[in-house]
Amino acid sequence: MAEEKIPVLETKSLGIQFGGLKAVNDVNIEIYKGELIGLIGPNGAGKTTIFNLITGIYTPTTGSYILCGKRMNGLKTHQVVEAGIARTFQNIRLFKKMTVLENVKVAFNKNMKANLMQSIFRTPYFWKEEEETTEKAMELLKLFKLDGFADQFAENLPYGKQRLLEIARALATDMKLLLLDEPAAGMNPVETAELKESIKMLREKFGIPILLIEHDMSLVMSICERIYVLNFGEILASGTPDEIAGNKEVIEAYLGKEDEDEGGDV
Amino acid sequence: MPKIIRKKLLINIIAVVMMFLLLCILFDTELLGRKAAYFNGLVTIGMFYTIIVCSLNLLTGYMGEFSLGHAGFMSIGAYASAIGTTLISNRTELPDIVLYIIAIIIGGMAAAIVGVLVGIPALRLSGDYLCIVTVAVAEIVRVILSNVGIEEITGNATFGKSFAGIARVSDYHYVFITMIICIAVMYSYIRSRYGRALISIREDRIAAAASGINVTKTKVLTFTISAAFAGVAGAIYAHYITTLVPTYFNFSKSSEFLAIVILGGSGSMTGSIIAAPILSALPQLISYVFPDFASYRMLIYAVVLVVVMIFKPTGLFGGKEFSLSDLILKPKSKKTQVLSQKVNQE
Repeated sequence: MAEEKIPVLETKSLGIQFGGLKAVNDVNIEIYKGELIGLIGPNGAGKTTIFNLITGIYTPTTGSYILCGKRMNGLKTHQVVEAGIARTFQNIRLFKKMTVLENVKVAFNKNMKANLMQSIFRTPYFWKEEEETTEKAMELLKLFKLDGFADQFAENLPYGKQRLLEIARALATDMKLLLLDEPAAGMNPVETAELKESIKMLREKFGIPILLIEHDMSLVMSICERIYVLNFGEILASGTPDEIAGNKEVIEAYLGKEDEDEGGDV
Repeated sequence: MPKIIRKKLLINIIAVVMMFLLLCILFDTELLGRKAAYFNGLVTIGMFYTIIVCSLNLLTGYMGEFSLGHAGFMSIGAYASAIGTTLISNRTELPDIVLYIIAIIIGGMAAAIVGVLVGIPALRLSGDYLCIVTVAVAEIVRVILSNVGIEEITGNATFGKSFAGIARVSDYHYVFITMIICIAVMYSYIRSRYGRALISIREDRIAAAASGINVTKTKVLTFTISAAFAGVAGAIYAHYITTLVPTYFNFSKSSEFLAIVILGGSGSMTGSIIAAPILSALPQLISYVFPDFASYRMLIYAVVLVVVMIFKPTGLFGGKEFSLSDLILKPKSKKTQVLSQKVNQE
């Protein structure tokens, strides 16, 4: 029972400073097993910066973050992935000139064992591992109904499918925590509904905790269990969707104060 | 090994053996008469060009980084192997084939070691900056070679003044086999998890890291492999030409290699394999076929480059591979591929 209470991810007064600007300051987030947490906030609030901090793209200037009890500060991005944090990107970053299947197979790389000599001399082990990886990758693609596109270049996929492929690729890294950066951005309502189903399916099937950045409020409010609201790099509020929806400060952060509205900008 | 792969392998082996037999017929019989030696030379040069251009394509096409210093790695391979074989053959008599293998191994190893030493600091850079570093490395190597000497080989002079009398062991039979092995190794490297990681880095470095790829390690490994094969090409060159001058391995040689990679299509091994022998032989062939135009041969070479770049900016093969076995096993697949691509575009 004691283990249940250790958060999968915990940030302790995490912060980063670019010059004089505190892009993220004193952020404390806790994510427990199986949770789906939303991270929302106005543009420029520092949501993606938090992702970049957690995945080792930036190094935090203050505070620390802990994955399953292990301090992660200072790890490089690929080490963070090895430890078990996978992510998607706000502006899709697929390997465009690689096939859909290869995109996923790349992410299996860290679990493949064939060494350089085995790969070059094409030993039976190499072939076995390649086949197994292809099978695993195809299974993942099937989950997202992408298996029909396996041999296409990733850049030729429709936009919504590219988003799903990015999630599939993140899943292939066999992670403990999934970070989704605005997965619904630019999607039409049908695609958003599809995405919602996919996220639900992920939780049922894998039971992994997810931290989700999203601007689509109806999506966030309907699927997240808890929400953190970020403004000017600091946590403004946190709580269940209902609490957040009724929180005055949050509404102010998004829409401004009521009395300012009348004399507002021209 | 999957069945289809086994079939393809068989077809490729047959094709390679046929090529080999063709060369044997051309050069080992009286078919070409006195010209045999001349064409033999062109083919041998074409073959080591193929190795070095493929090795550079590994960097340019698959890693997405330009190196303008590959002649430097080639010279390291050339000098290291030549010093090695000269010292050995001064002491004992060895059969050609043994000496050749020793030369190849020394050349490859020496270039690989320098490749690691340069790669670890240099590959923190990318793009233009890495390019400049590779130029600098090649120039440093050239200047060093021009100013040092080994008493046993060059006497009181330096390598810049005299390094002749290298054993001529690069027989085209050996070189052909070496070339096939080198290409096969590079090709299977690309078509493995290492190659996949490499291409993913080219496509998007950050996404590759976020997929668990150790970017620096993969880059250094590839740089080393590339340097090693450049060294092998250098060893072949040294033991074919038998006289080395550091000025041969200058900047324009490096840029010539890069031009061939681009022309064949960066990211296409077959492109390099076809472009390298043709372009390395082109100036010679022009002066051979049209003796009157001999002085214009470099001009024609330049025109070829410009024309290809205008009409096919991605190079002759543009990142695609030509596959003999696909052509034989499923001749219609190409058409359907083109069709499906058109459908996609629409």
